[in-house]
Amino acid sequence: MNTPALKEWPLWEVFVRSKQGLEHKHCGSLHAADASQALHMARDVYTRRQEGVSIWVVPSASITASNPDDKGELFDPAADKIYRHPTFYEIPEEVGHM
Amino acid sequence: MSTPIDYLLHLADNAVVLGQRNAEWCGHGPILEEDLALANVSLDLIGQARLLYQRVAELKGGDASEDKLAYFRDAHEFRNYTLLELPHHGPLVGYAAADRDYATTIVRNFLYSALMVLVWDGLQNSADAGLAAIAAKSVKETSYHLHHARDWLVRMGDGTDESHARAQAAVDHLMPYTEEFWTTSPAEGAAVAAHVAVDVWALRPAWDTIVNEALAEATLSRPNFHGYVTEGKVGLHSEHLGFLLAEMQSLARAHPDGRW
Repeated sequence: MNTPALKEWPLWEVFVRSKQGLEHKHCGSLHAADASQALHMARDVYTRRQEGVSIWVVPSASITASNPDDKGELFDPAADKIYRHPTFYEIPEEVGHM
Repeated sequence: MSTPIDYLLHLADNAVVLGQRNAEWCGHGPILEEDLALANVSLDLIGQARLLYQRVAELKGGDASEDKLAYFRDAHEFRNYTLLELPHHGPLVGYAAADRDYATTIVRNFLYSALMVLVWDGLQNSADAGLAAIAAKSVKETSYHLHHARDWLVRMGDGTDESHARAQAAVDHLMPYTEEFWTTSPAEGAAVAAHVAVDVWALRPAWDTIVNEALAEATLSRPNFHGYVTEGKVGLHSEHLGFLLAEMQSLARAHPDGRW
């Protein structure tokens, strides 16, 4: 009874795995007081139409994101390095579609 | 073996009345996530009611249908517990549009779903195979409803001074209505005799355990009961059911057999 009330609930990122064997995919976010409540709310908000077999929730504050302003230095240099793509190999006929 | 129709109607009316009551929160929930969660609970309950009404219509034959049963019976023909028709606020507010109190909503859902997980579990062995199948589906939904309501009950009870006070007031207000669970109506008696129903009286110790453990965890106290035991399940209702039905039934009655 002596825990101070939160003015705002923290934000959580929700990841849902749609089928066994597939990876969890980010599908959105929600507010919840703690992890177990976030999990239940994720069930109600994001899996109402049989979207999932497994849910992860992660505090949004735990995610370190790249800065959109750094896009140039982070990603543009990769644009002209086509030799990093495995497109120069001859694929033998017998392998078929890869 | 014949399935007592009034017993199925009791189960169906419980589900439809609480489903309709909880649906009043749709678009007005305390937060978006909880609004969706409670609407899901309502849809589960209305789904359960549909299956049960369909079973009744099948047994009655003729032109009986789920819509006729839900929309064209009047208050005295409904067999739900009085607990489920009460508005979402304390004892002294006489009209449903008053400020809703979420603690009342949660405590009611908790008390009812604590009973229904036990009832549905037992009904999986009903002599009525149709009812047993409905029970197998409903027991999973109801386990989730209980989990949801219990979680909030503990958060509110063991929360701030205000949330604790509201949760305790809701428990004090609603607990007396649960006495109706433990009386046996003629329909229940007949259904138990036909091995269609579970004897709710026998579930009381298990229900007490669920309730007492949750209240203890929520730092709430359980009031002692004395006084009138409600009789909604034999058709004697509070004044609130008529207003609820008027809202629920008005569209179907204004446009009978309408489709959209």
